Amino acid sequence: MAAAGGPTDTLPRWASLALLPALNISAALLLSGLVVWLIGEDPVEAMVLLVQGAVGYPEAIGYTLYYATSYILTGLAVAIAFHAGLFNIGGEGQAYIAGLGVTLVALGLFGYPWWLVLPVAILAGALFGAAWAFLPGWLQAYRGSHVVVTTIMFNFIASSVMVWLLVEVLIAPGQQSPESRPFSPASVLPAMHTLFGAIGVKIGNSPLNLSLVVALLAALGFHIFIWHTRWGYEVRAVGHNETAAVYAGIPVKRTIVLAMALSGALAGLMPLNEVLGVQHRLLVNFTGGAGFVGIAVALMGRNHAVGIVLAAILFGALTQGGSELAFEKPAISRDMIVVIQGLIILFSGALENLFRAPLARLLRTA
Amino acid sequence: MEDTLGLIVSLAAATLRVATPLILAALAGMFSERSGVVDIGLEGKMLAAAFFSASTALVTGSAWLGLCAGVASAVALAMVHGLASITYNGNQMVSGLALNVLVAGLTPLLATVWFQQAGRTPTVPNGARFLPVSLPGAEAFGTVPLLGPLYRSVVSGHNVLVYLAIAAVPLAAWILFRTRFGLRLRAVGENPHALDTAGVNVAWMRYRALAIGGVLCGFAGTYLSIGQGAGFIQDMTAGRGFLALAALIFGKWLPVPTLLACFLFAFTDAVQVRLQGVPLPGIGVIPVQFIQAIPYVLTVLLLAGFVGKAVAPKAIGLPYVKSR
Amino acid sequence: MASIATAPGPTPPAAIEAVGINKRFGPVQANRDVTLSVAKGTIHGIIGENGAGKSTLMSILYGYYQADSGTIRVNGREVRMADSAEALSHGVGMVHQHFMLVDTFTALENIVLGVEGGALLAAGLAAARTRLEALQRDYQLDVPLDTVVGDLPVGLRQRIEILKALFRGADILILDEPTGVLTPQEADHLFRILRSLKAEGKTVILITHKLREIMDVTDAVTVMRQGTVVAEVRTAETNREALAELMVGRKVATSHTRGAAAPGAAFLTVSDLAVRDDLGVERVKGISFTVRAGEIVGIAGVSGNGQSELLEALSGIRVPSRGTITLRGTTLTPAALDARRLREAKVAHVPEDRQRMGLITAFDADESAILGYHRSSAVSGAALLKRSTIVERCRDAMQRFDVRPSNPRLRTSLFSGGNQQKIVLAREIDQDPDVLLVGQPTRGVDIGAIEFIHRRLLALRDAGKAILLVSVELEEILALADRILVMFDGHLVGEMDRSAATERRLGLMMAGIAEEAA
Repeated sequence: MAAAGGPTDTLPRWASLALLPALNISAALLLSGLVVWLIGEDPVEAMVLLVQGAVGYPEAIGYTLYYATSYILTGLAVAIAFHAGLFNIGGEGQAYIAGLGVTLVALGLFGYPWWLVLPVAILAGALFGAAWAFLPGWLQAYRGSHVVVTTIMFNFIASSVMVWLLVEVLIAPGQQSPESRPFSPASVLPAMHTLFGAIGVKIGNSPLNLSLVVALLAALGFHIFIWHTRWGYEVRAVGHNETAAVYAGIPVKRTIVLAMALSGALAGLMPLNEVLGVQHRLLVNFTGGAGFVGIAVALMGRNHAVGIVLAAILFGALTQGGSELAFEKPAISRDMIVVIQGLIILFSGALENLFRAPLARLLRTA
Repeated sequence: MEDTLGLIVSLAAATLRVATPLILAALAGMFSERSGVVDIGLEGKMLAAAFFSASTALVTGSAWLGLCAGVASAVALAMVHGLASITYNGNQMVSGLALNVLVAGLTPLLATVWFQQAGRTPTVPNGARFLPVSLPGAEAFGTVPLLGPLYRSVVSGHNVLVYLAIAAVPLAAWILFRTRFGLRLRAVGENPHALDTAGVNVAWMRYRALAIGGVLCGFAGTYLSIGQGAGFIQDMTAGRGFLALAALIFGKWLPVPTLLACFLFAFTDAVQVRLQGVPLPGIGVIPVQFIQAIPYVLTVLLLAGFVGKAVAPKAIGLPYVKSR
Repeated sequence: MASIATAPGPTPPAAIEAVGINKRFGPVQANRDVTLSVAKGTIHGIIGENGAGKSTLMSILYGYYQADSGTIRVNGREVRMADSAEALSHGVGMVHQHFMLVDTFTALENIVLGVEGGALLAAGLAAARTRLEALQRDYQLDVPLDTVVGDLPVGLRQRIEILKALFRGADILILDEPTGVLTPQEADHLFRILRSLKAEGKTVILITHKLREIMDVTDAVTVMRQGTVVAEVRTAETNREALAELMVGRKVATSHTRGAAAPGAAFLTVSDLAVRDDLGVERVKGISFTVRAGEIVGIAGVSGNGQSELLEALSGIRVPSRGTITLRGTTLTPAALDARRLREAKVAHVPEDRQRMGLITAFDADESAILGYHRSSAVSGAALLKRSTIVERCRDAMQRFDVRPSNPRLRTSLFSGGNQQKIVLAREIDQDPDVLLVGQPTRGVDIGAIEFIHRRLLALRDAGKAILLVSVELEEILALADRILVMFDGHLVGEMDRSAATERRLGLMMAGIAEEAA
């Protein structure tokens, strides 16, 4: 019989939601600093460069938020699957395939104004992403294939399919590099500096665009869905205890498929930012690992909308600051960001109990 | 006739070469998962071993020292996985993934710093690699019809790691089913409470299982970079860790069926290389991207078709917490 | 080894002794200054309610947990027990309540696990087989050594556990609730084994909450309550009533004051129902019965004879393989045999295992309190849940069912077993069901909550509802049921009025022995 008690239960909510994540990130950053030191650079100097690069000037903040936009969406995608007890590591492939949907819409509605293209592109991205996640979800629910393995395989398959499409089908005539022809300037999402400029507010030039609003609305929608709708209730029930869900008359298999499809749909919104908002064409590997960053973001944000937005901003800052750092200190290549990301997944996810028990003891005696 | 035999021989030899890292990684997964710890970090451990073995071989000029470094790095990662999933009862999937991401970043980073080549090591000279060895009599018997070419090019002519991988399968089976260690390993993956109350330390058993997995991943990664290949390339494992995991599931966590599953994947891969650019009757040339995706599609199909019947170790994925 | 302490004296040292044991799990003090002394060559009972700290104390004596403070002496010599291996080296072996066996191993492999006798299995297994055959002869412990344990019935698995301890050279054998899964007849066989162990000079510690077992088989008994020892007496010098009083800490009513049933129309009729389990094995083999309005029908039986599958079929969790279910005259179509639709048809279900099935322990209490009814218009709009209504309804239910603490926003896992069960019971009863299916309503529940739950069930009966009660506790069946059905191996093997029922009669039926033969 599971009795009340144990360190997990004695930690107050605020400590569990704020202090513990802070400790976990600190540990990850500390180890990252050690890596920097090991490759012969000064970690403090690197940290200063990184922070300056991330938030030191208006354009940098724009870049940070631009990266954060993608991470919010992929983070929400991972989180919704987590709530259903599923580990979707296929956000990368789902976003990649969704890029195709967004591109088809943008090219199909070539020349139409952006406010008309945007809703259709949202629909297409969500649909393509959902479709690519639906299959692993269905296979998990009805065939028992583990979603972790299948989503990884679907990442590889997506990559093959997209390269083929870009090399053989979508490539712009007369082009050498595998990319689609550019979208109409009228159809792409306006940059934030343009929007703000129109109302007389001057902000730094950056790729930050309207899709940040889409991402924030998605976070709001995610929160309402998970905590305030009966479907969200069912998703959480399935995630915590499938047997109890069956007892409660919840269609477990359908709920698993639903959660995966929604997860894919959220990941599928990511190309709005990168494809429709910034590159204005479809490129090979435009996702750039955002799907995997989403895993770290969801873990660090503890699968909660607010946490995910904050974690996404932190990762946006790391990405932006990291590229500036790589520019200043070529030895610290952008791979450093991936290292930090791995360490954060390790400390916020797998080793989350590392500080939990000592913290609980500390708070009890304090 | 001559051509058909040539094709069979070359396909068989290629299958064996491609299968080697899969077999080693799948056996690594078998030890880990039989002990109740899910291991999706096979990929990362292999990649780390590939990098550190190549780097060490480059610096020292010794393939064997390279192997030691590869094994050491993979075992170190396995111990981190153990810390997270055994000592701190963390989510084993998340831990495995964290290691994969960490290594995916760390290896190109270090390659850039140490060798000033973006994300890769320089080519490892032959003297610091595991080179194919010719088994006794390979040349002498090579002229014997049918069996000669088979012996010369399929049985003989691989590097020592290939033979070790093949030998590891019966060895693993023997350990698992004929030794005290194997009995306890299987017990800890099925019902760790049984083992604990029998006076055996659950965590220590699992750490040892993970360490063995680390050693095997070390061999697999070393094979990739200084056996089959001649240097480290960013992300050179290319999902092999996951294919190995799929082979393990498909092989129901049993050594010989897992070996056969690895051969199946490797054979598909060998065929896929052959198919590239070759027009098929009635279909024409299949785009190379589709052909490259075949092993991944096959994995999905196999898991979808057969895994329902596979019974995983009962305690897999569950942290061991003493119940009241 | 312990030559000084075992020097001859006026009284021989106790086989095992615990002095001043304290053990805390988070906020729960499971053992408080516990002292226990067990004489060599005796059968010593430890009795107490659920949660009295018996199992914790035994786990400490066995090295499974470490005490926060206190000392343990074996044969007069102080020992440390860092783990179960160390306990075994001192001759202490335990037979666990939940069997610690590997289902995929043979009996032999299970017995040698941990003491294989060498790095290679073959030789050790052969030697073990010889020794085990001797042990089996000596103690009537017949077990097929080469059968996979997962295929063996529970009675045999228990013997494997005992053999396991003896094989390790245990002189002191601890049995934790050994009869919970046995029929009274199987329990008697176990007691014969225990007496033969005693005759061979072994010491046996028997943990139980059943007074009958204490009186039947023990030489002395220690009574525990709320983590402390409240009495240690010789069995010959006490009686059931005195022990019960010590156990509970006050006088207990031996039977409930209750009115007679006034059965009305048939609310639930089951006809030729068969149900298969997940592996496709038929567990319910064509049974028929009726539950009428205003009566409680009890299904008695040793667990694992198809009761769980029966409840799951009746509540729509499991699809029956044949047969029909009729609710108030309407025979349900196969499509209506669905958990959601049965709830809508006013069939409520208090499942056997509340933590695995009845609640979501990670949810706050208010969310657990709508499980299964989360789609009803009372708590949910077209899409959005009515969060404030849910909290208020939960708070109200907590007051009426005396759930403590009455905080709807507290995580479900933080409530005690009895309070969790009240949350489930409140949820199901508040739906005003026609038919209530109840499985093991008081398993793991403290005695105060048991009385409360029993009163509630009787009140529901008196309100004219049909109740089907499944319980492995004969006492509970006898206390609540108006009519008793006995289930054995998927069949109903007997039916009787409560007035005609005795423990012995029921026990024989539960063992599958036809009445005529008995």
